[in-house]
Amino acid sequence: MGKTLAEKIWADHIVSSAASEPDLLYIDLHLIHEVTSPQAFDGLRLAGRPVRRPDLTIATEDHNVPTLNIDQPIADPISRLQVDTLRSNCKEFGVRLHSLGDSEQGIVHVVGPQLGITQPGMTIVCGDSHTSTHGAFGALAFGIGTSEVEHVLATQTLPLIRPKTMAINVEGALKTGVTSKDIILAIIAKIGTGGGQGFVIEYRGSAIRALSMEARMTVCNMSIEAGARAGLIAPDETTFTYVKDKPHAPQGADWDEALSYWKTLQSDDDAIFDHEITIIADDLEPFVTWGTNPGQGLPLNSLVPNPVDIMDVEERGAAERALAYMGLVAGTPLKSIAVDTVFLGSCTNGRIEDLRAAAEILKGRKIAPSLRLLVVPGSAKVRLQAESEGLDKVFLDSGAEWRNAGCSMCLGMNPDQLKPQERAASTSNRNFEGRQGKGGRTHLVSPLVAAATAIRGTLSSPSDL
Amino acid sequence: MEKFTTHTGTAIPLRRSNVDTDQIIPAVYLKRVTKSGFEDGLFSAWRSDPEFVFNNNSYRGATILVAGPDFGTGSSREHAVWALQNYGFKVVLSSRFADIFRGNSQKAGLLTVLLPQPTIEEIWQAIESDPTEVITVDLVENNVRYADRSHSFEIDAYTRWRLMEGLDDIGLTLQKIAEVGVFEAKRASFKPKTLPALK
Repeated sequence: MGKTLAEKIWADHIVSSAASEPDLLYIDLHLIHEVTSPQAFDGLRLAGRPVRRPDLTIATEDHNVPTLNIDQPIADPISRLQVDTLRSNCKEFGVRLHSLGDSEQGIVHVVGPQLGITQPGMTIVCGDSHTSTHGAFGALAFGIGTSEVEHVLATQTLPLIRPKTMAINVEGALKTGVTSKDIILAIIAKIGTGGGQGFVIEYRGSAIRALSMEARMTVCNMSIEAGARAGLIAPDETTFTYVKDKPHAPQGADWDEALSYWKTLQSDDDAIFDHEITIIADDLEPFVTWGTNPGQGLPLNSLVPNPVDIMDVEERGAAERALAYMGLVAGTPLKSIAVDTVFLGSCTNGRIEDLRAAAEILKGRKIAPSLRLLVVPGSAKVRLQAESEGLDKVFLDSGAEWRNAGCSMCLGMNPDQLKPQERAASTSNRNFEGRQGKGGRTHLVSPLVAAATAIRGTLSSPSDL
Repeated sequence: MEKFTTHTGTAIPLRRSNVDTDQIIPAVYLKRVTKSGFEDGLFSAWRSDPEFVFNNNSYRGATILVAGPDFGTGSSREHAVWALQNYGFKVVLSSRFADIFRGNSQKAGLLTVLLPQPTIEEIWQAIESDPTEVITVDLVENNVRYADRSHSFEIDAYTRWRLMEGLDDIGLTLQKIAEVGVFEAKRASFKPKTLPALK
């Protein structure tokens, strides 16, 4: 019987394996940031252990950093201490760090791919659940906790129980105005926040093949929102072309050897997935979430659902609580919901293509005077690229704020936060209660919907303009 | 890590599904660089509601959390496990845990026990009608007992052994470190390195 892509990568990284034990898996790349690493470095120090492979480890500052006045010390002393702790740990243990102000600084999942250290066939981990992003390259990439961060620092391995495999086939062609964000929001709404639990998802099908690398990253990024620790896409010419000119791409004979290996990285025709579902891309519409988990989403043309219509008791209760928290009334057209803030950024949609797509809509238009639009590039390099294309001017001319790189308003750890009851259309990945600031209300959307919403003031798609 | 064999204590019902780790411990509390002191952030947004079960004094001192399905979804923050432990919890019962949360719990020594939803419902009703009901979670016998009830649960043998012996994973892996060296010697030369930094 053939093997799935995930099974092939898994098999290629087994250091040791024994019956009734987890496999010990080798980790090719360990990404680090300031939030989930301090206690891990402390553990190493206490045990007198070094970092086994500093040359397979890289750190960046993203969650805590402000996106304004980055030339000044971080104002919040607790955030500053956490960032300073990362700096001293990286210095002590010899780990490469891209600090605030460095041209390679940015959100950890934007930095890896742009440096070319994210490549097909690798195992990649990070103390962050959106590590699944790197799966877009045909890598097995997943988030880990701090105990596991310490384990990888000390041994460059992890003991892991082999996951099950799920194929999600997205067939057909997307309509104009429908993006990869809408694909993944539709998938999560279909299978639920627990649907991918215990699985690695492989996204397949003609609609996935047609996506750019950055659009693929958006899909894989939100695998965890469906409960799957990892999601991946088999590498193809799109992948190879994207990696080729990156700083850390293999060179010369190494490139040829790498390429011939990468071309083997696809699920065999006779491979059997533990679970398989199919979605027709042609049927998809721009999607938006109405509730407080990413599975509570609907096409933008829908009405706010009525919990009474939900059969499952647990889901009904969750919907009732969600509507109360979100301040929404059942039956309201989603498109009539006015927002206070639009956030364009994050590891889900903070890449150059996302900014270009939004700028295309905003060009020559003004945002609604009733709201603010925050545009936050995913990395300093994305910011520089956008500025070289004049996108910063498009955003500023429309009335948006043009910020420096970081996680920003995706999570309430830095100064960019919603106020209680403030409503946002956000290109990020989580609409959990309080995720963007205590009491804040989040609607997850694509960059196109974000831009159209910023112009009209209510949840909108470009076709409404 | 402390050894876990059996634990006996009172329990608190959390009748909500999809409790994500942002609810267990909001991001604003994650700025600390230690593993202690997170109890003040546990469910902090919900604790400002006087009706929230954690504000019901009858459940004060509970060490077993009886949670709804899909507990611990979202962010990988192990701080969620530390917050539960810092608050005093030794065990969480649920019909479904998110993968990363469950992995983190097992590393940190917080026992997560999977039980079918009807059993969770039964336990909810028992502790709602009598908050002083004492529950025993027995990792030796693989069951949860209270009053005259006993529910067995499944846990993989390896995790069970590690928890019962209180073993730390790093120590176990270091016993195999020679094999790691052998693996590294065979790794392809085209695999990327982060050092030196290339432009």
